[in-house]
Amino acid sequence: MIALPLPKPEVLGRRNEILAGLRALVPGDGVITEPLRLRPYETDGLSAYRQMPLAVVLPTSTEQVAAVLRFCRDNGVRVVPRGAGTSLSGGALPLADAVVVGMMRMNRILEVSFEDRLAVVEAGVTNLGITKAVEGQGFFYAPDPSSQLACMIGGNVMMNSGGAHCLKYGVTANNLLGVKIVTVDGEVLEIGGAHLDAAGYDWLGIITGSEGQLGIVTEVTVRILRAAEGQRAMLAAFRSTEVAGAAVDAIMASGVIPVALEFMDRPCIHACEAFAHAGYPLDAEAMLIIEVEGSAEEQDALLESIRGICARFDPISMRVATSAEESTAIWKGRKGAFGAVGRISPDYLCMDGTIPTGELPHVLRRIGEMSEEYGLGVANVFHAGDGNLHPLIMFDANDPESFRRAEAFGADILRLCVEVGGCLTGEHGVGVEKRDLMPVQFTAPELAQQRRVKSAFDPDWLLNPAKVFPLEGNGALTVAAE
Amino acid sequence: MSAVLDLAPSTEEGVATALRNAAAPLAVEGSGTTLGMLRPVQASRTLSTRNLTGITLYRPQEMVLSARAGTTLPEIEAALGEHNQILVPEPPDLRALLGTEGAPPPTIGGLVAANLSGPRRITGFALRDTVLGIRFVNGAGEVLRSGGRVHKNVTGLDLCKLLAGSHGTLGVITEVTLKLGPAAPRTATLAVPVEDEAAGIAALSAGLTSPYGVTGAAMLPAGTAAAGLSGPVALLRLEDLEASVNYRMARLQGALPGGRVLEGDESRALWRAIRDAAPLSPGEAEAVWRLSLRPSAAPAAVRALRGAIGARLLLDWGGGLIWAVGPATEAAHEAVVGAARAAGGTFTLFRAPDPLRAAVAVIPPEPPALAAIAARVKAALDPTGRLNPGRMRPGA
Repeated sequence: MIALPLPKPEVLGRRNEILAGLRALVPGDGVITEPLRLRPYETDGLSAYRQMPLAVVLPTSTEQVAAVLRFCRDNGVRVVPRGAGTSLSGGALPLADAVVVGMMRMNRILEVSFEDRLAVVEAGVTNLGITKAVEGQGFFYAPDPSSQLACMIGGNVMMNSGGAHCLKYGVTANNLLGVKIVTVDGEVLEIGGAHLDAAGYDWLGIITGSEGQLGIVTEVTVRILRAAEGQRAMLAAFRSTEVAGAAVDAIMASGVIPVALEFMDRPCIHACEAFAHAGYPLDAEAMLIIEVEGSAEEQDALLESIRGICARFDPISMRVATSAEESTAIWKGRKGAFGAVGRISPDYLCMDGTIPTGELPHVLRRIGEMSEEYGLGVANVFHAGDGNLHPLIMFDANDPESFRRAEAFGADILRLCVEVGGCLTGEHGVGVEKRDLMPVQFTAPELAQQRRVKSAFDPDWLLNPAKVFPLEGNGALTVAAE
Repeated sequence: MSAVLDLAPSTEEGVATALRNAAAPLAVEGSGTTLGMLRPVQASRTLSTRNLTGITLYRPQEMVLSARAGTTLPEIEAALGEHNQILVPEPPDLRALLGTEGAPPPTIGGLVAANLSGPRRITGFALRDTVLGIRFVNGAGEVLRSGGRVHKNVTGLDLCKLLAGSHGTLGVITEVTLKLGPAAPRTATLAVPVEDEAAGIAALSAGLTSPYGVTGAAMLPAGTAAAGLSGPVALLRLEDLEASVNYRMARLQGALPGGRVLEGDESRALWRAIRDAAPLSPGEAEAVWRLSLRPSAAPAAVRALRGAIGARLLLDWGGGLIWAVGPATEAAHEAVVGAARAAGGTFTLFRAPDPLRAAVAVIPPEPPALAAIAARVKAALDPTGRLNPGRMRPGA
């Protein structure tokens, strides 16, 4: 069970005064304090952890965010930034004495320039909303997390979100030009802008993926890209995960970078097929979905080349889409994977470790063994080209023992990832979930160095405290989350 | 700087020991290629990573390479060439531009510390974006790591990004791990003669807003030449499989008629020259600036730079990068700063005689709130101010 810092009695004691202060700064219905309306904010996508906040504030401008942060700093109030709440690592989990600053009302698209290939948007614009705004001209915003319909660009910046198409186009960090960020002191900073590579320290780089530790992002300038002429997918099914892993290596070594290269194991294939009826091969131990892009002729040539590579690994079956509809059908099961696993198990924990791709067979074998040791099912779906695993550990949330075992199983998987040269999180973030595992990946001096950088931005640790860094060493008194 | 006092350890522990024992500030360098860049360092001793050499890990099928900081760019490119792989951002060798022709080739540590990227930056990857992991020694002499060797990693604060582009002021990079890309089997360049910069940037924009995956978009203005081409000419590069390049080049030519296609080695030589800003050849008494701005603002900036200082120019990144050469005077510097500001962009003084670069802001000043954070970040990594004092800003 995860521990949270003990609430500050002086903040809880001054609750009414603090709420009145916030209401003066964000008028109308922008301050939520009633328990019933606070309830939706007590958790994010990691719903195993819940905690009611002191209040939720929904600012509509950078100036309001600045005023709220200044007020909270002056009153020693902790602040938890929140986008759409789709974090799967508890990054937006509230604290009992904290004000949640929700960005969903800042959802305007401020500028689109095709000539300069950029868009300036407020932090609460959804990831897909950016693509929707530019796709009429054939453009798109590249990073595509599974939650792209709901998740907000500000949250993407905070988590450095990835997605299936990051193999070719990179993650959020590679597609950002600038941010407007409000510091804990209520100062508004313009970092980067409508250009590449500003001189000086790379503030944009350290802010991206900082999980709300350094400030609140209110505006984002992103690169937009012209979409390829078209894209098409194929699937290839194999007799073992080892063979499928070797096929991944061979594809990557061939010099052709697909736009996406997704890997599903047997339990995942079965769950997805039952859910989506995509025609997946149920006799396979592992399956790859490979997408390429370009003109119709280029797609043909690329798919033929990848088909040839896969053929060397004695596939059970291969299916190359001949139309956009067939591509959509191939993707249908994969895109519904999390929902599909949700149908065969009351609950699941979605893990997010990354490993060197050469370690894939070893890691999958060990996860299989651990699944038997813990007596819990696990389905694996992941971005194979970049080694980002998403084991889905199935458990029953109504059985505390089952949840405890799922947590321990997940932690063991992440330890394994680090052991083979990988890391604790590839795209979901550390949040509250993986916080206590940080010493597995980092030495004490390395963690201390990161903490000192955090302190340089937020000396009193008011911004999203109790996330990312283990509580030990902070001197914080702790209490268990609900 | 005296050679007698020069420190060049051959181990990471040697770097750590040197920093722990340093009684006075140190000038940090790799092979010294970029010593003329930014401000002169206020230190009497140097600490070089040039003897920390060697590739320590190379997994072609995982597209990952680790090398000690002092490994040179040609060594790394040679190793990658054997497996048909590349450094996607194509980091430059700026010795000719910076007047350090006598120095050995740039080191990977130095390139990362300066975050120097070439033409392929336009595809989305700066050198810092391909740094998967870093080992460094902070100012207190602690050996630390950030990142790792996997392509996706969001574990904790990304100190790789802070170190990249910090010019040795926050830590001494001892080893870097880089994400690689496949070398394309075929490269070709469409060279389109144009009237002026506005027309050139429009041509580059047409290429970059096409669906053809352009990997280089530069312009030689009037009066510049490279690889047998004379400006003004807009240049669009395609790199991919044979059939793809053929198909896409035909369509690019359809959209931008009147151009000439440079193939293979000719195309490679051209982009190497652009990467290294070779057409500019600045003289001793000249200064070199780099402006970064939105491409649509570039034509006005070009006019301003020509009008104010008679600058010689080279454009890259679709017009979003302007190299400018002009007189090394404070008045010229102020004019460049003004042009950058008017364009909503940013500037870096890359080369100038010591007195000028000591006297002016070589990069834009930070607003006070950010400067305060910067000072605390510097103190968090280099508490006693031993690393490259004054390199980026006076006293920092």
